[in-house]
Amino acid sequence: MVKKWIGRLYALGVFIFLYAPIAVLIAYSFNSGKSRGRWEGFTLDWYRTLFHNQQISSALYYTLIIAVLSATIATIIGVAAAIGLSRMKPRLQKAAMNVNYLPVLNPDIVTGIALMLFFVSVGVRLGFGTMLLAHIVFNIPYVILSVAPRLRKSSARLMEAAMDLGATPLQALWKVVLPEIFPGIMSGFLIAFTLSIDDFVISFFTTGSGVSNLSIEIYSMARRGIKPEINALSTLLFFSVLLLLIGINLLSKRGSKKKNGDELAEQSLMV
Amino acid sequence: MKKTSWLAGPYLIWMALFIVIPLLMILVYAVIQDGTVSLAAFLKFMQPVYLKVLGRSLWLALLATAICLVMGYPAAMFIAGREKAVRNLLLMLFLVPMWMNFLLRTYAWMTLLGNNGLINRFLGFLGLPAMDLMYNDVAVVLGMVYNFLPFMVLPIYTVLHRMDRSLIEAARDLGANSAGVFAKVTLPLSMPGIASGITMVFMPAVSTFVISRLLGGGQYMLIGNLVEQQFLVQGDWNFGSAISMILIVVILVSMGIMSRFEKGEQGGVTPW
Repeated sequence: MVKKWIGRLYALGVFIFLYAPIAVLIAYSFNSGKSRGRWEGFTLDWYRTLFHNQQISSALYYTLIIAVLSATIATIIGVAAAIGLSRMKPRLQKAAMNVNYLPVLNPDIVTGIALMLFFVSVGVRLGFGTMLLAHIVFNIPYVILSVAPRLRKSSARLMEAAMDLGATPLQALWKVVLPEIFPGIMSGFLIAFTLSIDDFVISFFTTGSGVSNLSIEIYSMARRGIKPEINALSTLLFFSVLLLLIGINLLSKRGSKKKNGDELAEQSLMV
Repeated sequence: MKKTSWLAGPYLIWMALFIVIPLLMILVYAVIQDGTVSLAAFLKFMQPVYLKVLGRSLWLALLATAICLVMGYPAAMFIAGREKAVRNLLLMLFLVPMWMNFLLRTYAWMTLLGNNGLINRFLGFLGLPAMDLMYNDVAVVLGMVYNFLPFMVLPIYTVLHRMDRSLIEAARDLGANSAGVFAKVTLPLSMPGIASGITMVFMPAVSTFVISRLLGGGQYMLIGNLVEQQFLVQGDWNFGSAISMILIVVILVSMGIMSRFEKGEQGGVTPW
């Protein structure tokens, strides 16, 4: 009995540790005093200044557009690559998968400076294009890693069967293989999208002046000290994430394929 | 069999261009200076100032990893032992902060630890003197633990959850007490999860420059800061590349050690 309560208290302690800082940020986002320590009354001013902040809205714009573009392009290249790789000789396939693993295993700072060195040496000006390219580079491996297991299961035989029945290779791909691996494609896209939205380090090294995403903006603001607008931004992001996760959970509960917390946990492991 | 392997063609070229060549460029910058092969950049690193930075990075990352393990293992066990509905809820609660922006999570601690932060206000309220909580090693380790704890809990949870319960029952039937079951059954079986948890915490911790920049003191705090400074402030790309190579070696060695415990089991990260 005592043991049970120790366990519960412990878990409660861990969750307090996880949520206390976020709770404090949310509380301060409504605090009219600029100094963080004292409560000086309720206000929504920080939300107002946040929406009028030119830099933050431009950062939000870049964050979203790069996430959408990089996840889409990475999904297209990644799915094609995964299908192609699955039809290759095992040895070649293994070698390619090892190279594909490199951006996953390398610390972000190494990937970031490697790409920066490359872009600068080739003579490309750092900016929107290089940042987008960098995001595609680190997104593709995750798409391949989430599509490849599904391809291994079945699709080669199914595709042959389709072609024996008169389908062209492209028709067989489009009508048989793609529907078969669709869940993998979707989760690959989602992983790529979240990784892109959350990235700081690689963007930091591969972007140029004038183009920054939210993470870079937050970093430079935080370096200059505490800004109440960041609290407001955190609050908004926190509740968007919460709503999104609850939404995904509800949707998957309704769907025939139940995706429970375990599967979610495994997926976020990849992130 | 009809060939569809050409579909991978563009990506093979892509990988060569954007993965292999950029990494090779780090190597080239590290060993070639002014047109000749030279180890000067590595020799420069052998100065006490820089070795100290490497030592501090390793030490703080190891400390953070150890704390994550000690804190995270019981938490993972707790979650794995609940009924399904509770378990899913707890997992969700664990994931939500992880989905928040990494910078914001680190920034949150600035508001708690700062001189006018909540903790010092609270101390003042109790009539205690204010403490310097920010800009030191403790703050950096705290930031690491806070950011990377889920990376430890989730793989351990996954292994514990998949574990065959009947093994525990069998051990009990054969006369083992709780401590015995844990030491002889649960812990050994969860080794793959622990190993991948350690890799997943240690790797970002040893290479971070954000946490140390926002919560730590001094310009050359960790090896990540050293690399960042060389590229963005000092403009010494040779030295920066050499330090990056050293960082890569550190990570390869740590992954090599950890992969011995993973034994090809499922888990988050499986090195080559």
